[in-house]
Amino acid sequence: MTPAVEAKGVTRVLPGTVPVTLVRDIDVAIMPGEFVAITGPSGSGKSSLLYLLGLLDQPSEGRILVHGEDTSGLRGDALAALRLVRIGFVFQFHFLLPEFSALDNVLVPIRKLGRWSDEEARARAVRLLTEVGLADQLKKRPDQMSGGQRQRVAIARSMANDPDIILADEPTGSLDQKNGQIVFETFARLATEYRKSVITVTHDPHLAEQTHRVIRLVDGRIVDDGMTAPPPLDEAALPAPPGV
Amino acid sequence: MNLALDIALTHLLSRKRQTLVSVLGVAMGVGFFIAITALMQGFQEDFVRRVIDNSPHITMKDEYRDPPRQPVEVAYAGAAIQLRGVKPKTEIRGIRRAGQIMEALQAWQGLTVSQVLQGQGFLRYGSKERSSTITGIEPDRERLVTRLDKDIVAGSIDALKTAANGIILGKGLARRLAVEMNDTITVTSPIGVIMKMKVVGLSHTGVIAFDETSAYVLLKKNQVLQGKTNIVNQVRMRTDDVNTARAIAAKVEARFDYRTESWDEANEGVFGVFVIQNMIMYSVTGAILIVACFGIFNIISTVIFEKTRDIAILKSMGFAEGDIRAIFLLEGLALGVIGAGLGCALGLGLTYLLSVVRFQAVGLVEIQKFILKWSIWHYAIASSIAMGSAMAAAYIPSRRASKVNPVEIVRGAA
Repeated sequence: MTPAVEAKGVTRVLPGTVPVTLVRDIDVAIMPGEFVAITGPSGSGKSSLLYLLGLLDQPSEGRILVHGEDTSGLRGDALAALRLVRIGFVFQFHFLLPEFSALDNVLVPIRKLGRWSDEEARARAVRLLTEVGLADQLKKRPDQMSGGQRQRVAIARSMANDPDIILADEPTGSLDQKNGQIVFETFARLATEYRKSVITVTHDPHLAEQTHRVIRLVDGRIVDDGMTAPPPLDEAALPAPPGV
Repeated sequence: MNLALDIALTHLLSRKRQTLVSVLGVAMGVGFFIAITALMQGFQEDFVRRVIDNSPHITMKDEYRDPPRQPVEVAYAGAAIQLRGVKPKTEIRGIRRAGQIMEALQAWQGLTVSQVLQGQGFLRYGSKERSSTITGIEPDRERLVTRLDKDIVAGSIDALKTAANGIILGKGLARRLAVEMNDTITVTSPIGVIMKMKVVGLSHTGVIAFDETSAYVLLKKNQVLQGKTNIVNQVRMRTDDVNTARAIAAKVEARFDYRTESWDEANEGVFGVFVIQNMIMYSVTGAILIVACFGIFNIISTVIFEKTRDIAILKSMGFAEGDIRAIFLLEGLALGVIGAGLGCALGLGLTYLLSVVRFQAVGLVEIQKFILKWSIWHYAIASSIAMGSAMAAAYIPSRRASKVNPVEIVRGAA
């Protein structure tokens, strides 16, 4: 099976008078349906690896492959187009557009892709928000919602264009334990039920244990990569992804 | 609605006060541009119309553009010749064979022509004295070439033919001399000929320079006054199309050698002032628009500064640099469009207000109200400049926005 996203010999060095190596010699492949946690101490390169896998950053050496396609030759617009279709991001802070309602926030990437009609796009956004338990919060703006609700809107938005890969950078960092648990359960469901490759950076060992696989980084290198749970279910037995 | 436009408008609406100030800045620039352009162009076109109506389209004068060449210069063209102490030959000024020239012009260019003798005179009525330009005319020909016939507000041009020594005065000149119709004034020419003349008409063109200095008598009378029997010093022409006057004047001069000026060449000095006037007007209104553009630059820069995180997240979602640039360019364009729309309404209102103002002013011309030029082009040009400037003002910050590195922003927020 082709990995959803794969790093081959990836090194990222920030240039400058004193070059800083963020990650080095990373070889990792994330399969469809895998729920992976990246852990490690602060400054170990967790987020850097996530941004490289999500095509937000470019490796100094090595290659990133998305569904087997080498992205090293792609630039600007082509990478943006790939992110729009294949990748969904969730950050520690929700980063919702503050003037837009929950529904409109989810509609932004859908409208940008332009794959669906206005009615279909709206119905899809409503379904996604319903999936994350926010059916009654559609018209609310971010400042009218709790932290957990905002983060769930961000998750719904990351799912808007039905991406194969969802990348989350400490998505529970600004949430209490209860809301953090809800967010992780949502991710787990996306991976196991909808075969999304979910990669999340977390400091919380308790939450990391709930994933299928934990990759531990120290000083930009992978020092441990182990399974914590059974591999994902057979593809044929899975339901259709939400909103499709 | 287009997504980029939706985001752009949302940004602007979330900063209502700043947006309003920027829009009002553009609107004022556009509004003043329209009103001032209507005013200036209206005045200038009215002045040109008056000049065209009151003067012949082309005037041949009894002088040459370049002094005649000396025989030695003709004989040794190209040689290094220096002549010292050459004095102009004393000769009687005037256009020779004027009758033949007029016939030739009528046959050759199909022009309507008249001949006049123009000279200076001193007009006296009681204790009042004024110098004047006295034009000797042939009434039947003159009425075909200039508007004098139509500008007569008392008496008639034909009265020159019936009165023994009739004179038509510009209304301003008559007022300064304190004369009225049928009064008799004394006219003294530069060579000392004195004539008693009866005022048989008053003309009023509205151009002060004409009305306060012009006097008209029969051609024969002026020839006597100026001591130039059977001499004319101007052949005046009228064309069917005023715009061809300059080209025809050049042809006429090339053929007959006499200096021949079209109406626009004769008034080049005034038109030069108009060019300066226009430059000042466009500079002032342009400055208003530039200030407005700084407002637009400011609001968009502020939005970008405040929305850096949003830009980062949009890029992480798959917005390309062009998409981000489009959002902020649309913000500039929206400010430009709304400002231009309001500015057009403001310009319309200001122009209307100017049109209803009444006053009595005497300057270059006599006017009782502002003469305004209503033209859709003023609105189109002002709006285009406003929108173009707004886009230009938005371009630099939008370019900066498109270069935002989402990784740096997201890291900074963590």
